[in-house]
Formats: sequence, C-alpha cells, structure tokens
Amino acid sequence: MKIHEYQGKEILRKFGVATPRGIPCFSVDEAVKAAEQLGGKIWVVKAQIHAGGRGKGGGVKLAKSLDEVRQHAGSILGMQLKTHQTGPEGQKVRRLLIEDGADIRKEYYVAALTDRATQKVAMMASSEGGMDIEEVAHKTPEKIIKVFVDPLVGITDEQAKQLAVGIGVPEASQAQAIDTFKKLYTCYMETDASLAEINPLIHEGDGTVKALDAKFNFDSNALYRQPEIVAMRDLDEEDADEIEASKFDLAYISLDGNIGCLVNGAGLAMATMDTIKLFGAEPANFLDVGGGATTEKVTEAFKIMLKNPKVKGILVNIFGGIMRCDTIATGVVAAARETHLSVPLVVRMKGTNEEIGKQILKDSGLPIISADSMAEAATKIVEAVK
Amino acid sequence: MSNLINKDTKIVTQSITGKTVQFHTEKCIEYANGKNCFVAGVNPKKAGEKIFDVPIYASVKEAAAETGATVSVIYVPPPGAAAAIWEAVEADLDLAICITEGIPVRDMLMVRNKMKEKEAKGGKKTLLLGPNCPGLITPDEVKIGIMPGHIHKKGRIGVVSRSGTLTYEAVGQLTELGLGQSSAVGIGGDPINGLKHIDVMKAFNDDPDTDAVIMIGEIGGPDEAEAAQWCKANMKKPIVGFIAGVTAPAGKRMGHAGALISGGADTADAKLAIMEECGFKVTRNPSEMAKLLKAML
Repeated sequence: MKIHEYQGKEILRKFGVATPRGIPCFSVDEAVKAAEQLGGKIWVVKAQIHAGGRGKGGGVKLAKSLDEVRQHAGSILGMQLKTHQTGPEGQKVRRLLIEDGADIRKEYYVAALTDRATQKVAMMASSEGGMDIEEVAHKTPEKIIKVFVDPLVGITDEQAKQLAVGIGVPEASQAQAIDTFKKLYTCYMETDASLAEINPLIHEGDGTVKALDAKFNFDSNALYRQPEIVAMRDLDEEDADEIEASKFDLAYISLDGNIGCLVNGAGLAMATMDTIKLFGAEPANFLDVGGGATTEKVTEAFKIMLKNPKVKGILVNIFGGIMRCDTIATGVVAAARETHLSVPLVVRMKGTNEEIGKQILKDSGLPIISADSMAEAATKIVEAVK
Repeated sequence: MSNLINKDTKIVTQSITGKTVQFHTEKCIEYANGKNCFVAGVNPKKAGEKIFDVPIYASVKEAAAETGATVSVIYVPPPGAAAAIWEAVEADLDLAICITEGIPVRDMLMVRNKMKEKEAKGGKKTLLLGPNCPGLITPDEVKIGIMPGHIHKKGRIGVVSRSGTLTYEAVGQLTELGLGQSSAVGIGGDPINGLKHIDVMKAFNDDPDTDAVIMIGEIGGPDEAEAAQWCKANMKKPIVGFIAGVTAPAGKRMGHAGALISGGADTADAKLAIMEECGFKVTRNPSEMAKLLKAML
C-alpha cells in the first residue's frame, strides 16, 4: 500500500525526523489560506499523487507571493499529471501540499528496505540526492553506500555514521544526519513498511537536516495491525477494478492487452499471461482466483474482467488441486450465463475431477472452447479473437 | 529427496484442529505411508485428545519428545505463524514446513534472524521450507502439504518452484510423459523465506534418486540467478528452467508478495538469460517444460 508525500512526512515527524512545515489542501482557497498560515515569503506548491517524478512533470512549483500560490495551486489542482511512473494517461491531482521553502545547500538520498538476499534491513544512502536512484545505481554505483541492519540488534551508531560520512555530510550536520538515519530505521520497522525513502534529504545553510520528500510502501500482509496506516489509504489513487476485486479476495491487476485471463495461483497466472504473449497476443489482466474459489467468486471475476472494454476473449486456466475442476466448471457456466458472455471463452482444466468439469462445460450448451494444455489454450484464444 | 523426507519421517502438525488444517491433514494421512508418518498434532487447548487417531500435544517440544517427530508442518494463521515456526526451531526439529500465506514480512525477518543467531551460537539448525508454499512430496512415500497427491508418480525427476500451481503444472506434465518425480518442492512465494532455489538444487545434486531437475522461478529477487551461478560450477544433472512473469509490469505485486519487479536484474528476461548462460535449458513456453526435459535424458 502506498501513501501521499504529506502523509509520509506526518509519519516521519511522528518518529522525530525534521521536515519543512506543510499543510495538505484540497482546493485553491485552502492552498492560499495554508500559505498565509505558514507565513514567510516563499512556499512550495506540490501535487500529491502516488507517483514519483512529480517535479519533472510540472507538479511542483515555487511561489514567491500569495498570488503565485493561488496561480500555481489553480494550475496543478485537477491537472492530469504525467510522470514516468503514471503511464501515458497521467494521474489526476486532487490534493496539494503547501510547504515552507527550504534553503537547500546539498541534496542526499536515504532509504530503508528489506534485502531478500541477506534477510536484513538495507539502509542505502547516496550523495546524489534528488535524482532517480535507479539511474544512480546504474551509472555511478560507487556513490551508493549500503549498510545491512540486523533486526535483532537494530541500526548501530557506527552504521549510521558510516552512512553519513560515506555520503559526505559535513561535520556540522553529521550528528543530525546520524539521528535521522536511526529514526528512519525505527520508523520503517514500526510501521511495517516495505520501503521508506527520503529523496532528497537536505542540509540547509544553518546545517539543519530535513526530509524534503517522503515515499513509503507498506507490507499489505501487515496492514491488519497498522490501522493508522490503513486510514491513510487514498482509493482515488488506486485502480477501481483492483479495489473491486480485492473485496472478493481476488488478486487482480489491469494490463493493456485484449485477452482476459482467470487462473488459480499467482505463478500459474503469470505463466498463462506469458503464454498468451508467446502466441502473439497480450493479456488484459492478471487475475488469481486463489485456492478457495466458489461460483460467486468466479462470477465476480468474470464481471471485473468484462468491465474492461478492451477484452475480446477470455482464457480460463485452472490446475485443480485442492480446488476441484467441477467447482470451477460450475462457476464458469454460471458466470457465462449471468454476464451474457459474448466474447470467445477458452477453458483449460487439469487435475482433480478434470473429467467431471469438462462434462459440465460440454453439457451447458455454451460455446466454450476447451483445451488440454496452456499452449493449446493460448493458441485457440488468440485465433478466436483475430 | 528421500534424504530430506521419506516413508519413515515422523511429522507433527501444528494447529492440527483448525478446519482447513483438518482437511489437509486427512489428505496427507491418506496418501501413501501418511498414516505412519503423521504421528502428532499440537494444540495447547486440546492436549490429550486425538484427531484422525493422531494424539494432540500441548507443544511441539512435547510432541517431539513423545513421538520422535523430526519434521513439523505449520498452517497457523498469519498473525501467529512466525511464532509457530520459532516453536518448531526451539524444539530442535530437522525441518519446519510453513504453508501459511500472508505472514507480515517483518515477522519473517525477525524469526529468520533468530534462527541464524541460534545456529551461530552452536544451536541445532532447523531447516525452514516456505512460508506461503504448497509443501514437499516424495511420491509414493509421504506428502506434507496441500498439493494434490494423485497427479504425482514415483520416479527420478526433481521439481522446485516458488509457485504452487506451477509446480503442479510441471508435475502433471512429467507424469503425463511417464516421467515420475523423486521429490517436488515448493519453496514459496514470499520475499523472506527459508530454503531457496540454491539449497534445493544442492540437495537434488546430492540425491542419488534424482537424475534431472525442473527449476521454476518468478520475477523478483536474486534467488534464481544465485542458484544458476551455483549450478554452472557444480551441478552434474540436466536442468530445465522457466521463469514466470515476462509480461509482468514493473512495480506491481503479482499475487505473491515476492513477485514484484523493482530493479533491472530481477525481471524474467534477465533471469532467463542468466540461467541460459549457466547451462540450463530454458523455455519461455511453460507447456513444454517436461517435453524439453525428456529430450535431455
């Protein structure tokens, strides 16, 4: 689960990390009022969407008067902000953050994330703040300093110092930088984050270290014990169909192709998508119905897939283990009837009660195309939608 | 891999009285030598009772002491699953198999580091398989987990995968071609897990009952590449490799918590390239995994 920058900064402040003062806003009037309330002579107007690269896309503007705040807030609110992370259609800006201007002397990068290989928490820092960290990793990997934190011990003073010295934080700001790294680690662990990133972290003219941005991802397995994080969820930033699917415990992700697919198991679902591509078409979605699919779940899955106007055909691929093929077949038939299915449907079923399942499909009288292997199923659906 | 589990393995089922656990336990008991293998269950509230004729104990430690169980299977719901793994480790078992899906990553991080700390201090090493996995089967001997037993056939091919149904797919293809399996191992789809591809490949390499292996991976993480590098230098048996997720978009979690592309080296294409370079016969067509393997024998 992702959150907005202003929410990330609230979390950081709660854990004692310094940030500029800021106020989230939903309208132009609120933005001007926020700037008045903050005072000072310079403000930053920042689009709040769940994607990076907002500055380059024109979603972050400096204002030197209240008029400019009004002007920038007006142009950013409601715009379709396009960044390298939003896709070509962009993301509509519904929220703003009005913030104090900062006296930036140097920008750094710091992040906490879980490292699969070492099974530790990796703290990464770089002197190249404000840039895309993947680009830094690619071009100048020596400029990224990493320490691996044993979660049984926590981040040590030496590790935090190693980061601060490694990225060249000047002496006057080192103590605060070390403190910031330690607090970021604590924050990462206590909120069940899967990524906590500050880019850029800056030091100002007087040496103060501040987080100028905040990006968090949270482990969805742990949301049940993080009610404060769940309360920050912004459904406007998520795909409506994915939200709908999650209500029925279906793992669904929209893609760009025209063949809908319904599969049990995440790995098999990906393999099915790959097979569709291999045989010359593109999948319209990823959809894992999970282990305990019922007729209702299969019907909902069909409805969600068919909402996508690009879908010209559907491929169902089930390897029945605990889930029996006859249960799925009954669900598929009911779903095809209830949704008045008008696009071609190919079903491939293997495993437990395979023969009974195939018979149910046959007896339904529906024009369901059956297949024995994934490859055959993909070939048939690609042919059928041509 | 009858060196890891076989018809004589003694198994304790943690939280055996749960409804779905009962369902799976019954299937495991019915499979091959299961009746002799599944010797104990754990539920502190029902200690002293029996279920499917299996005695229930208050703790894993007690169950192991009373029955000689050396392997545990864990279906405990996510909030308590990491603690259940730790209980099996503290009881000094050889192997804990965790089926549970949806355990918080932080919990797995803590328990994995506690396990490593125990080993570092000279304590007994308990292997962990999973979590979020279908389990492990040695056909016609013993099945521990949720995989459908009937698709398997005893034989000499090893299968290892992060995905449950994709493991079944490979097993089903092998059985259809008349190729039986020595063991099928699901290592699970979570980012922080126990046995990895490399560990299972090492075990298959050492296993006198295994002639060849199908290794199935997914987008996300460095595990498949690491295993491939090891195989290049050490593996003496032919390998067919497949990676799911060529079509997966970057940054999206594809069902499995571990299946998320975050950088360049964890894409399906990158992993396929490394595996090919390391001598695997790789395919982009998951329907031909068994066919390719057969051609290599």
